[in-house]
Amino acid sequence: MTPRRVQSAVFVVIWLAALLTLLTLAVIIGAIIVRGLPMVSLEFLTRAPEDLGRQGGILPTIAGTVLLGVIALIIAVPVGVGAAIYLTEYTREGRLTAIIRFGTESLAGVPSIIFGLFGFIFFVTTLKMGWSILAGALTLAVMVLPTIIRTTEEAILTVPYSYRDTGYSLGATRWEMVRTTVLPTALPGIVTGIILAFGRAVSETAAVIFTAGTALNLPTSLFSPVRTMAVHFYILAVEGISLDKAYATGTVLILTILAINVVANILVRRVSRKVGR
Amino acid sequence: MKERLIQAVLFICGLFAVVALALITVFIFQAGAPLVARIGLADFLFNANWDPTAKKPSFGIFAMLVGSIWLTAGALLIGVPLGLAVTVFMTDLAPVRLVTIMRPAIQLLAGIPSVIYGFIGLTLLAPLVRRLFGGPGLSVLTGAIVLGVMILPTVISISEDSIRAVPVALRQGALALGATRWQMLSRIVLPAAKSGIVASVILGMGRALGETMAVIMMIGNSLNLPGSVLDAATTLTSNIGLEMAYASGQHREALFATGVVLFVLIMALNSITNAFVKRNRSGRRA
Repeated sequence: MTPRRVQSAVFVVIWLAALLTLLTLAVIIGAIIVRGLPMVSLEFLTRAPEDLGRQGGILPTIAGTVLLGVIALIIAVPVGVGAAIYLTEYTREGRLTAIIRFGTESLAGVPSIIFGLFGFIFFVTTLKMGWSILAGALTLAVMVLPTIIRTTEEAILTVPYSYRDTGYSLGATRWEMVRTTVLPTALPGIVTGIILAFGRAVSETAAVIFTAGTALNLPTSLFSPVRTMAVHFYILAVEGISLDKAYATGTVLILTILAINVVANILVRRVSRKVGR
Repeated sequence: MKERLIQAVLFICGLFAVVALALITVFIFQAGAPLVARIGLADFLFNANWDPTAKKPSFGIFAMLVGSIWLTAGALLIGVPLGLAVTVFMTDLAPVRLVTIMRPAIQLLAGIPSVIYGFIGLTLLAPLVRRLFGGPGLSVLTGAIVLGVMILPTVISISEDSIRAVPVALRQGALALGATRWQMLSRIVLPAAKSGIVASVILGMGRALGETMAVIMMIGNSLNLPGSVLDAATTLTSNIGLEMAYASGQHREALFATGVVLFVLIMALNSITNAFVKRNRSGRRA
């Protein structure tokens, strides 16, 4: 075969691989939504489940998901953004930053089941929080911390140095410069990272099932156990409780993730347009 | 004075990730290591008899270790070629408009919850595998195919970065010498991006090894050693995920010990990746 023929053959295979990937995504989303969407109604979203989830809606699991995600972010965002500011604005690359980077990168690679084990033995058992919103949110906070640090760092690094020089030349201290110049400019990028971190929290199962529990009641305090949508979906499917309700819950889950991704993409596009200028 | 205080606070924020990693290490080891010390590491790793609730309980994770290795290898066999093909498609073949579709699509693939992947494996792929190849359907093969798709975003994003980092001069040089575009890609660009590609494969390996909920839903959770890819199996992660719900005492210790083995494997993979990425970076600078 001539090199040109080989090339044509290989390129056909590569095109097929790309189309196969798109098709797979479409099948995954389609298979859930086509069967699930007709069963999603306002009633399904706003009613409590009955009979372990065979009947009724998923309101407590929506509440549990949102509470866990929001509280995890309230804990992780200040810490993560602070860490990123320290790494980019306050220190030179050295042994200390190498250690912090190693910690962050390793944490990003730790599987969620390990976070689940850790959260269970540390927050639930040792700190005696029990299966609760607080224990689940703290576990998730540790888990999404690397995402927030990394995206914030990247956002801060896109801020041009001339902005900083302008700040300093006006007599600003380092923190004044960071607060008034760097952070506002990097904000859309930081927000994108926060949104993606929320998405991770929403889709997580292994880390929350052993820390926040599986209770189907509406939470009343930070120490109430909750069940998230993802955990509810898992239990409905694996324990064979109701396939219909599983499809419906899965649809809500996928639409949530879809919305999160669309918003994040719009923000990213706006940022790159700004940098392009 | 205020500046000093702020700097100190930010420094503490920076240390959080390191402290968290240390806490995870200490607490997982503390909960799992004593059991391994009692029964011996070799017996724990290489005994295939897992019977944690018997009167005379036996804690051997060999079957899970084998299951994890099979499943991870299978996921790589499917995910790496597919991922590299998609990467090359995005860097070199696709019309710009198609790239703007592919990128969010792959991001979405990364965002889909693992329980959804597991559900697709359980309801769509397992029956298909059963009909086409026989066996129970819930099997290593089903799990490997779905995990292969799940690691795609990891493989693609890291290897795309490294392929895009290959200097344009190398590409132009190859083309100027009369190479076809595929010759340029296969003999110049991909070898030049090798360390980044290897890093992407190792990261993908870590993801496959650590995945839990999807695996529980697809692999059949049999404690027997798999004889073929059509058999059901169990993995380090899926066994922890399944049994943590009701384990106590020694049994729970054994699950944490399984977690220790998993954690050590993952940290080893992380370190290898770091070494590769570092070499990549310094190579680029030179």
